[in-house]
Amino acid sequence: MNGYIWAVIFAMAAATFVSRVAPFVFLGRFAESPAIRFLGRGTPPVILTLLVIYCLKDVAITMAPYGMPEGIALAVTIGLHALFRNALLSIGVGTGTYMAIVQTGILVG
Amino acid sequence: MGFSARLVASAFQATLPVILGYFPLGFAFGLLFVEHVGLPWGYATAMSLIVFAGASQFLAVGLLAAGTGVFEIAVATFILNARHAFFGLSVLERWRGAGVKKFFLIYWLTDETYALMTSLKAPPESKEADFHVLISGINYSAWCIGSTAGALAGEASSFDTTGMDFALTALFAVLLVEQMRQVREAFPFVLAFLAGIATIVVFGGANMLLISISLSLALLIANGARRGWA
Repeated sequence: MNGYIWAVIFAMAAATFVSRVAPFVFLGRFAESPAIRFLGRGTPPVILTLLVIYCLKDVAITMAPYGMPEGIALAVTIGLHALFRNALLSIGVGTGTYMAIVQTGILVG
Repeated sequence: MGFSARLVASAFQATLPVILGYFPLGFAFGLLFVEHVGLPWGYATAMSLIVFAGASQFLAVGLLAAGTGVFEIAVATFILNARHAFFGLSVLERWRGAGVKKFFLIYWLTDETYALMTSLKAPPESKEADFHVLISGINYSAWCIGSTAGALAGEASSFDTTGMDFALTALFAVLLVEQMRQVREAFPFVLAFLAGIATIVVFGGANMLLISISLSLALLIANGARRGWA
């Protein structure tokens, strides 16, 4: 376990640092190229859409409570964010809503 | 390096909203880490100090608990952080000649720090790189102190964290809404949505992230090349 956790920490640190330093080392001269600009615009929407789906992939929508806890908490998060645009508020209240639903079990009939 | 007290104070003031976000999110990470991974608090602190990538660290809690391979975790981390590369592109010129500070500006670069640096002006009579490195360092400290406090709290009490991992879903949803505001084009979102669902249907959920991201990026690039990157 000890070797594993340190290997993970340093592998994650290396992967993160490479992603941060890449433009300074490799991409500097391509910064103005249309292909890089296009990717810079298109990549974040793709990755974030997939991450949201990834987080919800194990939700069983065909069984009670039919994904309602996730659906409600997600609606709260997105609704608050559309209204106030305060990330901490949206994430905090959204997560609190979800915790309240699953811990009290009010949606499990 | 030597920073004037006044510059430190104005950096602190500028980044207060980020501190108020990083501390509780770091706290949640620390709490989840000791609970799900089952290791002492020091490892949560070490991960925050060494890795310093919020979303990846939340993701890593689940992957570590499942005993996922080191290489797979590294790939997931890289993919998740690839957006930093595009942040860096737009500050390349501004940080030219910052010397050793540039290392820390790069090491401490996050979504929130980037947003602050591109939207706020440094106080007059100060170097922009000094102001930026202070903001970055303060945010880094808030995250590390928050995760340590959360991990310690998790060890000391038996707080019921059931459902707290929804914070990661909520974080991604918020970042997605922000992207929708900026990128006023449906194509990449719809493409990724369809690719994600198709991947789950065909391959199941286990390796979904890597397959669907590769598939979507290949289609995105193919479409971009066809349209001449417009």
